[in-house]
Amino acid sequence: MDRIPILKLGDFLLVTVQVDMHDRLAMNLQDDLTEKIVDSHARGVLIDISALDIVDSFIGRMLGNIATMSRILDAETVVVGMRPAVAITLVELGLSLPGVRTALNVERGMDLLRANVAREMSPIIYRDDREDSGEPG
Amino acid sequence: MPQNESTVLPEFLLRNQTQILKDWIAEQVRARGSSKGGVKEQDLERQSAEFLNAFQEASQRADAADDIEADSWTRVRDILTDLSTEQARQGATPVQIATFVFSLKQILFRFLQSELSKTPELFAKEIWQTTRIIDGLGLFTTQVAMKSREDVISRQQAEMLELSTPVVKLWEGVLALPLIGTLDSERTQVVMENLLEEIVRSGAGIAIIDITGVPTVDTLVAQHLLKTVAAARLMGAECIISGIRPQIASTIVHLGVNLGDVVTKATLADAFSIALRRNGLVVGKLAPVRKQAGE
Repeated sequence: MDRIPILKLGDFLLVTVQVDMHDRLAMNLQDDLTEKIVDSHARGVLIDISALDIVDSFIGRMLGNIATMSRILDAETVVVGMRPAVAITLVELGLSLPGVRTALNVERGMDLLRANVAREMSPIIYRDDREDSGEPG
Repeated sequence: MPQNESTVLPEFLLRNQTQILKDWIAEQVRARGSSKGGVKEQDLERQSAEFLNAFQEASQRADAADDIEADSWTRVRDILTDLSTEQARQGATPVQIATFVFSLKQILFRFLQSELSKTPELFAKEIWQTTRIIDGLGLFTTQVAMKSREDVISRQQAEMLELSTPVVKLWEGVLALPLIGTLDSERTQVVMENLLEEIVRSGAGIAIIDITGVPTVDTLVAQHLLKTVAAARLMGAECIISGIRPQIASTIVHLGVNLGDVVTKATLADAFSIALRRNGLVVGKLAPVRKQAGE
């Protein structure tokens, strides 16, 4: 049976979708991933869908589910490399994946995960300075 | 009736071709009168002769004398297509274009009358036959003229879409999308595609959508904006909406539109400042300016 490989990279898991996702494959991925997160104590999951050029509502929902499940298992999910056409399709389908973090490519996604872990590990209380970015001076 | 099937028109056209052509051109020149902007005289003569020739040939084929959609009329149709397209492009009205064909009617009737005045039954039949052909051809020219205009309009529309949605790079990793004009669904689609393509190409993490040039924001426009923002977010880029005028802000509130957690700023400068900050950049003066005396 087809499976999408899940690679372990340090604290994170890397999933690269290289084939067209059919429903069964997505279900398998979801099961495999949750097991793997538990086994490997992963802190983050990176799903690279840059090779995916067709999505339907089911796959879209699956991505959302995977993110939610990972979060319950204390692993942040970042979906990276979504193609413009796929993004437009998902938005038109009304699936804007509110719980999923996104990044442009694997590198950015990794940075995001690392920053996330560093923030949680840091003894200093992290101050989100995004919100108070008023005028300088 | 002996001539039930075939008509005398082809034979009659062939016999009187020169005279008909002469009268027809004279009629056209007269009808055009003082109105300018038509075709040149030589062109008119050439076109008329060519058309009449083709017309005569086509009407000679007995199989489909009055069905102008038939194959035998292909050449006539081609001539008319060229002629109408050209005239429409030069700005002639549909009436002017159709007059070319319709003016032939009067001439033909006059000739038919002098020829067939002794056989009223045949005359009526010929009149009917000619009317059908000429009317069909006249309508055909109008249709072609309309078609060529529609082509021009749709081409311009496409050009306008392209022109009005540039995606500009403000800084490394910062894109701006200055929107001008009303946002309908078709334009949103183009805007969205352009922006997302550019995000992929440049790897920008922040996109500023500036709506200073959008005259009104109603629920539909807001929805389109939110769609664009959501799509960009899915790709891993963040959007800031800037250029919200006071009236637009109050419209948005009155309409009950929820812009969600999208960052909004009043001016492009404010949005740009945030974008730089998120990229870890600041804008500052190069060196302290010398203090003015008395300060």
